[in-house]
Amino acid sequence: MSDKVTSVKKKDMTKVVGRPDSMNDTQFSYCPGCHHGIINRLIGEAIDELGIQEETIGTAPVGCSVFLYKWFDIDVVQPPHGRVSAVATGIKRAKPKKTVFAYQGDGDFASIGTNNSVHAANRGENITVFFINNTLYGMTGGEMAPTTLIGQKTTTTPGGRKAKDFGYPIKMSEMLARLDGPTYITRQAVYDVPRIKSAKRAIVKGFKNQIEEKGYSLIEILSACPINWGLDPVEAVERIKSEVETVYPLGDIIDRG
Amino acid sequence: MREYSTVISGFGGQGVILAGKILARTGMERGLEVTWLPSYGPEMRGGTANCTAIISSKLIGSPIVDSPSALIAMNPPSLDKFETRVQENGLIVVNSSLVDEPKGRDNIKVVNVPLNEIAKEIGNQKVINMVALGAWAKFVEEISLQDVIKGMEMTLTDMGKERFIGSNREALEKGFGHAE
Amino acid sequence: MVDKQLMRGNEAIAESAIRAGCRNYFAYPITPQAELLQWMAVHMPEAEGGTFLQAESEIGAINMVYGAASAGERTMTSSSSPGVSLKQEGISYLAGADLPAVVVNIMRGGPGLGNIQPAQGDYFQATKGGGHGDYRIITLAPSTVPEASRLTYDAFDLADAYRTPVMILADGMIGQMMEPVELPERKPPEEIPPKPWATTGAKGREGNVIKSFALGGENLKAMNVARFERYEKIEEKEVRYEEVNTDNPDIILAAFGTVARIVKSTIRLAEEEGLEIGLFRPVTVWPFPAARLNELSAEVDTVLTVEMNAGQMVEDVKLAVRPETETPFYGEVGGVVPTPGNILEEVKKYV
Repeated sequence: MSDKVTSVKKKDMTKVVGRPDSMNDTQFSYCPGCHHGIINRLIGEAIDELGIQEETIGTAPVGCSVFLYKWFDIDVVQPPHGRVSAVATGIKRAKPKKTVFAYQGDGDFASIGTNNSVHAANRGENITVFFINNTLYGMTGGEMAPTTLIGQKTTTTPGGRKAKDFGYPIKMSEMLARLDGPTYITRQAVYDVPRIKSAKRAIVKGFKNQIEEKGYSLIEILSACPINWGLDPVEAVERIKSEVETVYPLGDIIDRG
Repeated sequence: MREYSTVISGFGGQGVILAGKILARTGMERGLEVTWLPSYGPEMRGGTANCTAIISSKLIGSPIVDSPSALIAMNPPSLDKFETRVQENGLIVVNSSLVDEPKGRDNIKVVNVPLNEIAKEIGNQKVINMVALGAWAKFVEEISLQDVIKGMEMTLTDMGKERFIGSNREALEKGFGHAE
Repeated sequence: MVDKQLMRGNEAIAESAIRAGCRNYFAYPITPQAELLQWMAVHMPEAEGGTFLQAESEIGAINMVYGAASAGERTMTSSSSPGVSLKQEGISYLAGADLPAVVVNIMRGGPGLGNIQPAQGDYFQATKGGGHGDYRIITLAPSTVPEASRLTYDAFDLADAYRTPVMILADGMIGQMMEPVELPERKPPEEIPPKPWATTGAKGREGNVIKSFALGGENLKAMNVARFERYEKIEEKEVRYEEVNTDNPDIILAAFGTVARIVKSTIRLAEEEGLEIGLFRPVTVWPFPAARLNELSAEVDTVLTVEMNAGQMVEDVKLAVRPETETPFYGEVGGVVPTPGNILEEVKKYV
């Protein structure tokens, strides 16, 4: 455990919590109630537990994920929007012994980068992809994403998403699970302790699969965006449970490890 | 030698491209400068194909020429397309199996060779290109039949197709012998 | 006799990249550069640590290059005009992240789908920064197959030295034609400079970050200013050109790549008619050899630019020559290649 952040400094006290070693003291700049911070931390804990801080190269493009390089004490590459799976492929092919992860939002992974996302999965590229699904574009101002639910109001679907005009919420994890390439695809959430524990197990497994050269792992994580959803953080969690999970149910989709 | 340019033209599948490569290799093995340029694109899938091989003792500038020194016309459209461009006192080798004798020009050496029939005698239709090169070699002073045979052998060896050297040598020799 | 091989331009570029230490090649098929990809598919896996990957798209390929370059490896992609347009986003990111990489453009007729014949219509795109933002890339324009081999080999050194993408700007003719090539020796790995900035896992050091991103005007300004200081060094040290017959000619022709070699045939045709033509051939089209062309322009009344486009390099020629120099242009477009005779006819209009 790190001693970087401790609220109590007394010789005879045992520290029970702190930031992961693979992360630094920089304050997150995420909005109140956003789940990115929890997910970042879980990735940091997984890196610590597996002892791969010095072997890991992270990639995070643009959007709310763009500052990943500020929170982690690891090597980080910032790819163009959507191209993360291709960039991660390039790093992994150049350095096959290193652990490479991609951290992508839904606009990135499921819209502008679909081509690269699908083909990295289909190749069974030996990388670990974290796909953060908050059902809209967070950083640019809450526009519709391909993952936006039917009826959901966004700044570009002010009357709510209509299937007739904009199609249906895309189910990337279910789509990719139909391919022969991927090894492990799961959908997780982080809004309560059991789900945080489950998500952590999935993240560790995603990394382990790569270290053991088992191939492509995709960990989709449902995330709240209270600001753009127009909800408070507790209401945002309720929305995930009552609405988002009905379209994007939690659990392992394939596990061929 | 002066820059000597040869256009080889025919249907896709008549071995036009390979014949050009063998000419370029022949020149290179003689220590001369060479270029080889194919027409490329959809025609390589069955239409009319052509390529230009240039051999010279000096550095070669353009790999395409306004007027080639020689034309090997393996089918009728090839003769139609290139006949008028051949240099004065140049050479045209005509595949008389498929092409009528050209009548358009009198200041050109025309060699009629029934490429398909000769290839049939050899028992391999694929060697018509070498029959044509054999005829070509007879009228190009600076390049001997032996040079072309060597170029062919080296090209086929590099391609891993040594087993075809015998029939191709026979084709070159027959083409050379038939030409007049 | 030296050990020469008869190779297509596409093949010579591919093999020379491998010999320069490129071990990561990513590309997508397109005519007329397909032989480059095919050569790599066979020979890259034979090289130690070599990766050949046919990408899902041009965009995928350039971003795989971005990844491999981030990891500090010598890396390359190749394509032809429409495909290079697709790569421009990635080239901008490579430039913005100061990553060394080599991009080959075997140009064809355009715009749009155009055709697959040789053309030089991508000169602006290559030399003026083809993607978004302020940047340049070193652009090398070979005019023969042996030169395509040498320039590809050098491109990796230039990319590493200046941390910049380098483009090989050739065309369908150079890609498709065969000439004898004396290939370079394989570069020993110890001659490839170390890259302490690369993202290879933060072992025993702080984390490295590869990014083209900087919030705040001052931060991004500093990154841009540093880059343009490097560009000044490139302009100072890396200019390359060829001159033929420039000692007291009747006219100078400016041409790059394929057209320049055709001009060499025109020079011989003209000599038979008692006409002296000089050739000025930029090898680096960026940085453009403006200073030397300015000197040469004092010797003649006219510098005629000949290109396989509607007039692109001619703008750099006009900026380079003296104010009194006449700067006419002759171009063929749509994949049409001018012949030595065509060019001579044009010359006769001015001398």
